[in-house]
Amino acid sequence: MRDVAVVGVHMLKFGRYPDKDVVQLASETTIAALKDAGCSINDIELVASGNLYQSNAMIGQRVMKEIGATGIPVINVANACATGSTAFREAYYSVASGAYDTALAVGSEQMGKMGLLGAGGGGDRAYSTEGIMGTGLMPGVFGQAGVEHMRKYGTTQEQIAKIAVKNHEHGVLNPNAQYRKETPLEDVLNARVIAWPNTLYMCCPTGDGASAAVLMSAEKAKKYTSKPVWVAASILTSDPYQERNPTMFDINTVTRNAAKQAYDTAGIGPEDLDMVELHDCFATAELLHYENLGLCADGEAGKLIDDKETYNGGKIPVNVSGGLLSKGHPLGATGVANITEIVWHLREEAGDRQVKGAKTGLAHVIGLGSACTINVLKR
Amino acid sequence: MAQETATEKKTNPIVKFLRIPDKYPDEAAYFWGMQCGACDAKFLGARLACGKCGETDKLSEVKFGDEGEIYVFSVVHQTVPGLEAPYVGAIIDLDDGVSIRANVYGLDPEKPDTSWFGKRVKMFTEVTAQDRDGNDVVAAKFRVQE
Repeated sequence: MRDVAVVGVHMLKFGRYPDKDVVQLASETTIAALKDAGCSINDIELVASGNLYQSNAMIGQRVMKEIGATGIPVINVANACATGSTAFREAYYSVASGAYDTALAVGSEQMGKMGLLGAGGGGDRAYSTEGIMGTGLMPGVFGQAGVEHMRKYGTTQEQIAKIAVKNHEHGVLNPNAQYRKETPLEDVLNARVIAWPNTLYMCCPTGDGASAAVLMSAEKAKKYTSKPVWVAASILTSDPYQERNPTMFDINTVTRNAAKQAYDTAGIGPEDLDMVELHDCFATAELLHYENLGLCADGEAGKLIDDKETYNGGKIPVNVSGGLLSKGHPLGATGVANITEIVWHLREEAGDRQVKGAKTGLAHVIGLGSACTINVLKR
Repeated sequence: MAQETATEKKTNPIVKFLRIPDKYPDEAAYFWGMQCGACDAKFLGARLACGKCGETDKLSEVKFGDEGEIYVFSVVHQTVPGLEAPYVGAIIDLDDGVSIRANVYGLDPEKPDTSWFGKRVKMFTEVTAQDRDGNDVVAAKFRVQE
């Protein structure tokens, strides 16, 4: 495999864009990422487009028609919440393999106010099991995952709530975040319960957004940038057999397997990371991933947040962007956006929320069902 | 001329791994699934192959019992329109070695508590809806055992 650099990135502030369609959102961010890279669509040899809810709508090709239909290969990717990061990985391998010198990954989603994920479903409503035979709604599923940690280690709801406090505090400093409002601990704990132990502020919002990244071979990158950010590992795993899965989704093993491969590939350990953007779709999820990614020992995640070690300025800053809880989670855009965030920090361009001296960052995404991506970036 | 007979109403399970005997409710409904003859892994419902080891030929049908314990739970407050909330959505580990998603009754959903872990539960079934064709739809639920 060849070395691959991220040369240009962009993300459109996550939020609600009722007056635009998703192709416009994806096109805007793609043009901006190309400008950031100092090149044009004519320099791109392959496009991977991630979009989940319109995965059959050829979003990638429609973006090309909008910004320059050059006839290159375009791949439309869907992989649950890991859609954008899987598109990034497609772009990465296209260049790393030597098949192409430049590739672009774009992730986009327009969710509007769609309400609870998983609450839809076609067919005969009489056969819907929700609330009849347990829960498959995301807040309930991730509630159960957090409760498993409570059972194993005695973790408390208050400890998990502290993660929401942190991420909202971080989000205040991010101009691209959907919500920029602090939520003190009392507010988080007193907010209405969505699915215990997760209250409203412990659940990420729905929203619209897009993000793009331009990747190049080392040789090509030299011509375009003096600040390349290198992809040290780009890993994708699916969930292996586990006794309770899929009755109970297993978000842990799939992440642990990806983390091991990522650290091996990059030749580093978790102690070498300067920052992590991980998949905090719910506060309970971030808690679990502290251990899954090896940021602390098993059973120590509650202590890690108690000690504020994952704040910006702590031992290992996690989700300084505000995370999904504050920055937002337009599904297909998320995986590219957290890579974009890390690239900005490694280029010292992250403004007020800059992680000082960041040299190595890890971006983690999990798509339930399950897919896990981990991208390790180095400057 | 043959006389047309009215379509007979059926009693259907809400999930395929719940089996409703012909004599239901006199005869109890039960969970069923497949067990792999190569690695012993158990699964809910029908399978083409073993999801653990990939075995394709040595799978046999098994009937699961109706008792187990609460592994983990959530209490769902915000849900699909029309559903009564809050409800306890749990993962039940059946004594026979498979896990089931289930609503659990006999607990106060307003007071979730870690003392619920490991609580013994027993399955019961009831008609929860009628489908578009007017058939009864039967679901399995769990109740805490005293």
